[in-house]
Amino acid sequence: MKIALHGVTKRFGDFPALHDVDLDIESGELVALLGPSGSGKTTLLRIIAGLAWPDEGEVRFDGEDALSRSVGERNVGFVFQQYALFRHMTVFENVAFGLRARPRRSRPRNAEIRAKVERLLDLVQLRSLGDRHPAQLSGGQRQRIALARALAIEPRILLLDEPFGALDAKVRKELRRWLRQLHDEIHVTSVFVTHDQEEALELADRVVVLDKGRVRQTGTPEEVYERPQSAFVHDFIGESMAVPVTIEAGAVRFAGRKLDLDPQGLSNGPASLFVRPYEVAVVPDAAEAALHGVVQRVHGFGPARRLEIVLREGEREHFIEVNAPRHDTIAIGQHVGLKPRAYRLFAAEKSSP
Amino acid sequence: MRWGIIGVATVFLALFIVIPLINVFAQAFSKGLVPFFSAISHPDAVAAILLTLTVAAISVGLNLVFGVITAWAITKYEFPGKSLLITAIDLPFSVSPVIAGLVFVLLFGAQGYLGPGLLAYDIKVIFALPGIVLATVFVTFPFVARELIPLMREQGTQDEEAALSLGASGLRTFFRVTLPNVKWALLYGVLLCNARAMGEFGAVSVVSGHVRGETNTMPLHIEILYNEYQFMAAFAVASLLALLALVTLAAKVVLENRAVRD
Repeated sequence: MKIALHGVTKRFGDFPALHDVDLDIESGELVALLGPSGSGKTTLLRIIAGLAWPDEGEVRFDGEDALSRSVGERNVGFVFQQYALFRHMTVFENVAFGLRARPRRSRPRNAEIRAKVERLLDLVQLRSLGDRHPAQLSGGQRQRIALARALAIEPRILLLDEPFGALDAKVRKELRRWLRQLHDEIHVTSVFVTHDQEEALELADRVVVLDKGRVRQTGTPEEVYERPQSAFVHDFIGESMAVPVTIEAGAVRFAGRKLDLDPQGLSNGPASLFVRPYEVAVVPDAAEAALHGVVQRVHGFGPARRLEIVLREGEREHFIEVNAPRHDTIAIGQHVGLKPRAYRLFAAEKSSP
Repeated sequence: MRWGIIGVATVFLALFIVIPLINVFAQAFSKGLVPFFSAISHPDAVAAILLTLTVAAISVGLNLVFGVITAWAITKYEFPGKSLLITAIDLPFSVSPVIAGLVFVLLFGAQGYLGPGLLAYDIKVIFALPGIVLATVFVTFPFVARELIPLMREQGTQDEEAALSLGASGLRTFFRVTLPNVKWALLYGVLLCNARAMGEFGAVSVVSGHVRGETNTMPLHIEILYNEYQFMAAFAVASLLALLALVTLAAKVVLENRAVRD
């Protein structure tokens, strides 16, 4: 099932939750909606599901208008953040709910329902728990039951709201791997919402980065990580540090001094220099480098050893954290130079509405 | 210190609650079993008991439906005037029952706004069953809604959304998901509503007209007997109401245990 969103806009009172969102999701894709809280990602998911309606714009499933259909008619599987399992029903009855809710003429017979629920419980590896109640399950088990319940109706689209948000780190990693395998097996078009970039980058075929109700960038995990198109995406995905600089006459300047960096086609004005901690070379001889500062703290050990360096710009101080060179001994208080091997420059954002 | 506080609490409860309660039963049976049964099987007493049961059944039924609908509206939807509605639910608790009764007399009485119109169609509200039911519904309205609102608010709408997304109809969602989720709170609310409906005096007294054997509920009947110095008979009927209170209390304990276990 292909999903197409066009010009989707949603306001809650005065608060613009989504602004003119365009998005195409291909059939069989696993897509992550990634963004900080308040970015509109859950609202977008609920609009696709039919649990919320946009003020403007259109939603199409395989070209068909989805907005004229209710959530029940859209045949989407929705996995809620807190799972929303029916607490008074057994696990078996939870999974069977969607089948029993069908109109009489298309409702499977009891034996078929039983067989199907057992197949689904096998799929989520919880066959033995059919007689339990949700309160007797662990968080990870509940999550998988919620998934089995959503899959029971053979959804054309699977939607997951922060699927691993309520789990502890170890279970989360396991479940993530398992969900990826499951998707490769059943290949249903899936969209999940997360604020955890690691989760999005590891699990998804494609990542949609949202901020303040707008789509900031769409691409494969590698694209959004390696080639961020805005300061927001660079900052939000992966570890990154920003140093305020200015572009003047085709040169990058920091604290009044000209740096040996390419302005990457930016026009004159304030800008931000973004680097990742492992893409900065630390050179002991400060004079030859473009940026320099004083080592303030060393922490971690082995390959994870990091230096915290203060850059001075007049009265202001900027902190930057870089991977320490493996073999050099660098002492606290030492003056060092910093040479970014890879970096990105973005024009300073005017405070956006 | 510790025993002092426990002692004060115990003595207070005994003095003001337990002893009067025992006294009700003691007085009821003071002349033996036969007078007791003849007092509660007197035609006027039987009429009062039946009327009370009828009024309670109708008003609890109505408040069950309206209470669930009100709680649903308040907890599952956003709409203008919501906070006003929440405040309005508590109105029957803060208004004196006598005033509640008078409001209905003013509306439906022979000189009221709607009374003459209804009388033209031969519909009698005041000094008849409809008036007694209206007054009782008004006074007992908050019980069901107040039990449900905090629970339904805490549970949110996710379960309902999940049911709808699985293709369930609105009715199926209500009966299979919403109602089971609140069943203990609902039963508890109904229980309290019922106890109050049977025991209501003030509002009913204003609208009933005190017609013996016709518009007297149990509390009104007790008062009349008492005013006529038929103390034993008054306490006999009162003991039935007291029994209802004890049953309500026991049911409450059972329900709370069930709710905790779920």
